Amino acid sequence: MAFVNKHFKTLQILVLLVFFFTLYLLVTPDETNVLWRFPALFAGFPGAINGFAEHLMYDWFPVEVYDSDLEEYETSALIRELTRGFSGGVLFCIQFVREILLGGVKTIVAFTSWDFVGDNKWAVWPALPWTVVLGGAILLGYALSGKMLALLAGIATSYIAIFGQWEPAMETLSFVLIAAPVSCLLGLFFGAVAYKSKTAETIIMPLLNVAQTMPHFSYLIPVMVFFGVGDHAGAIATIIFATPPMIRLTLLGLKRVSPEVVEAGAMSGCSNSQMMLKVLIPTARRDILIGTNQVIMQCLAMAVIASFIGAKGLGFNLLLALNQLRIGQALELGICIVLIAVVLDKLSLAWANKQTDYFADSSYFQRHKYGIIFLIFMVTCVILTFVGKIIFGGGINYFYLIPHNQGITTEPFWQAGVDWMVENWYHGLQTFNNWLIIDVLMPMKAAYLGMPVSATFVLVMGIGYMIGGWRSALIVGGFLLFIAFTEWWDRALITAYMTSFAVIVSAVIGVIVGSLCAQNSFASKVILIVCDTLQTFPSFIYLIPVIMLFGVTDTSVLIAVVVYATIPATRYTVEGLRSVPATLQDAGSMSGVNKLQRWVNIEMPLAFPHIMLGINQTVVFALFMVIIGAMIGTDDLGQYILKALSDKNGIGNGLMLGLCVAFIGLAVDHLIRTWADQKKIALGMT
Amino acid sequence: MKNLTRNFAVALSVTLASVSGQALAEDSSKPIVIPTHNWSSQVVMAYVIGGIFESMGNNVEYVPADTQAVYEAIRNGDVTISHEVWQSTFGASFYNAMAKGGIIDAGTHAAMTLEEMGVPQYVIDDNLCPGLPNWEALANCPEVFATADSGGKGRWLEGPQSWHGTQMPERLAGLGLDDKYMVKFAGSADALWAELESAKKDRRGVITFNWTPNFTDAEGFVFIEFPEFFQGCRVGDGGDGACGSPKGWLKKAANYKFPKTHPAAYTAFSKISFTSTDIGQMAALVDVDKMSHQDAAKSWLAAHADVWEPFTK
Repeated sequence: MAFVNKHFKTLQILVLLVFFFTLYLLVTPDETNVLWRFPALFAGFPGAINGFAEHLMYDWFPVEVYDSDLEEYETSALIRELTRGFSGGVLFCIQFVREILLGGVKTIVAFTSWDFVGDNKWAVWPALPWTVVLGGAILLGYALSGKMLALLAGIATSYIAIFGQWEPAMETLSFVLIAAPVSCLLGLFFGAVAYKSKTAETIIMPLLNVAQTMPHFSYLIPVMVFFGVGDHAGAIATIIFATPPMIRLTLLGLKRVSPEVVEAGAMSGCSNSQMMLKVLIPTARRDILIGTNQVIMQCLAMAVIASFIGAKGLGFNLLLALNQLRIGQALELGICIVLIAVVLDKLSLAWANKQTDYFADSSYFQRHKYGIIFLIFMVTCVILTFVGKIIFGGGINYFYLIPHNQGITTEPFWQAGVDWMVENWYHGLQTFNNWLIIDVLMPMKAAYLGMPVSATFVLVMGIGYMIGGWRSALIVGGFLLFIAFTEWWDRALITAYMTSFAVIVSAVIGVIVGSLCAQNSFASKVILIVCDTLQTFPSFIYLIPVIMLFGVTDTSVLIAVVVYATIPATRYTVEGLRSVPATLQDAGSMSGVNKLQRWVNIEMPLAFPHIMLGINQTVVFALFMVIIGAMIGTDDLGQYILKALSDKNGIGNGLMLGLCVAFIGLAVDHLIRTWADQKKIALGMT
Repeated sequence: MKNLTRNFAVALSVTLASVSGQALAEDSSKPIVIPTHNWSSQVVMAYVIGGIFESMGNNVEYVPADTQAVYEAIRNGDVTISHEVWQSTFGASFYNAMAKGGIIDAGTHAAMTLEEMGVPQYVIDDNLCPGLPNWEALANCPEVFATADSGGKGRWLEGPQSWHGTQMPERLAGLGLDDKYMVKFAGSADALWAELESAKKDRRGVITFNWTPNFTDAEGFVFIEFPEFFQGCRVGDGGDGACGSPKGWLKKAANYKFPKTHPAAYTAFSKISFTSTDIGQMAALVDVDKMSHQDAAKSWLAAHADVWEPFTK
């Protein structure tokens, strides 16, 4: 008995494995055998979802709408008119910002009509010369933070202009400037609601979980059907994608506000809204700012995907460049996306950190000096633009707008680089590629596909039981059951195979690189910047060179996935190790540990729960990229999600497949989170 | 907001109509929405057609859209037209949308298309597989086209499954080549081009799906000659699938309201018919001369007024 108690965990694992392998070996592969594959009970769901959505969109609550062009009434549906009206509003906002930056007629049209604009050729809003935006960015950076931010903003803006990406960059910026604030406000609102009401929290949390793990491809079609195509649809999809982390972090921040602060607020006689706006939110600023940072990153990460449903700008140009295999051009576009993300992030951070000086007794000029400087600057630049018109004559006015792809470019350099790489590395890499595919990936895939559904359930639910008891076993079992009842179980197994392979590799690389960098504070900073950059850098760009080197194979997909999924593993490792208390480090040093011993015996155990959360994120990132990997060519859920873009039951198929992916993510998430929480308690870290 | 503008537009157009006594058959001034996809000829042609509409006094707007999803958008009226509907790649999406209603067939381009499996020109020149482009030659050289993941068989790199489903695997079986070849589905057109580009570097044998007119025509691409297509040959139609692709059409599609809202523009659009040469010229301005898409469209319109002006008459 003592033996059993001592080795309880090990015995549990042994029993589980014995069960698993017995089932694996004994269950015969036969479609009618329930132990091998469950019947596709949910096969009718996509059709039903589709029917429901279409009914809602085209038939439910018919209303008569007047079509001014046809001069007749026609029947439409209420929902359709509502969503289209909403789209119109969003589109108006985006176009308004865009035309301030780039000029145009649409804002004028919104207040008059196309006929008016057609008849009055003067009715065109002029673009802001890029020099004005440059000056504005520098000034804003200086006003909010100081010289460094001014310099960063200046360099970023100049880069975009000089490299001839001004127009697409401003198009992307205009839609981010709408999507990001809306996401932040929605996030704050729902975060506050969830903080106030337990019921709201229990409703919002699962929705957030799904929204954060569902691949964005799967809701493109529903967004497009309900809201149309165009910048507004791109913005709406982006908002769906970017809001969840903001809600989560707002809630986290609010919960962390200490009761003393709340009591102080109550004693000063705060009303409910004052308490929220003046006490709680400012106090929770740190977490909310991380939320804002995430929103901005997510918005720009969506720049490429949003162009599938009509967002103009850098993303669309990037896809166009990739289709022509102009990797250099795509790279320059990608850098623009990263720069916009970095500058917006830093600006919003500086803005939120800036404290209002209530006691300054400054003159009118002092209070408005930046506004006045900007006005003077703007007038100067506008004059310069007119001068430019004379200097450059009939050619391109470089002081006004540098047209797309008319700037300088480093494209030939990158192109030559890629060519060189393919010519020189291809053969060397083929040996590795063949080995990986034949000896590792194909057997692994076969092993996953050869797994009877009963064995999968025993294994996953057994792990759930060991980690979190019956509750966890039932939760992960429920997630799996949903997938098992769809007709895509085999596809899900392939997704699982690719994800697990990528997660193992990413975790190993991430923990090693993270541990090495965490030894030094400078290296830590550098690696965190690299992580930020890679996270916003559009992954589509490295898909192409990877295909050139490894062909249309699983290797290519997995390399792309590993590059992306290593980011959170590295980031969390660095953060986890850096936050190990210095006192414990010192205690270790005094006991005479060497570096390796300290890492193994002190740092890693303490940082492990945090690192596991990083691995959790790695799983989510890997799932995302495996789905995007469908653009290379896979035969997993991702391929079917892409295919749903043209399916008859596109909405239903897309959403159901998206849920399957989300549930894989959520099952893993549940296991890791439960385990990490227990560890934290055991280590006394909560 | 929207309704306000709309009402205002109505009021204004009514006044205009009564003042100038214009006929009602006048085109609406609302912009015609033209989709842009991610390949050169399509984008240039979008700007070319937009330029034709503008020359007739219409307002035009361009919106990026996914190639498969665009038909749903046309159906809903968010996009007005599509000017490159390729038979084999987009036929399914086009007809799916048509079955639901809201999208109409606006005629066919003169360009005949061919969408078929083929090999780069150097595969023939280097005689990597003697007997090509006749399909029967394939039986003797699967190893030339083998890859790491093809299990010793030759590989056909087919486009995404959304393009033609299981047609290629069925064709392999029908031709009796399935013990020597397998089909790998690429995820996007980009993947096909990347694979071709990479193979070209060391003149490696590769069989991919491709089409003409396309930018690959410039470097030479040879389509494999399969047994001729006939009605009922495909597995879906009850045949054994052992035949090649038919010469395909390149259609134009429009939202069902387009003829009513923009009668003149629709008439022109239905007449627009580009040849393979026209399409090749448009693509070359971007792919070879490295012009921007807008500039390419402008210069094509300026140089080929004799081609497009008749469409507007």
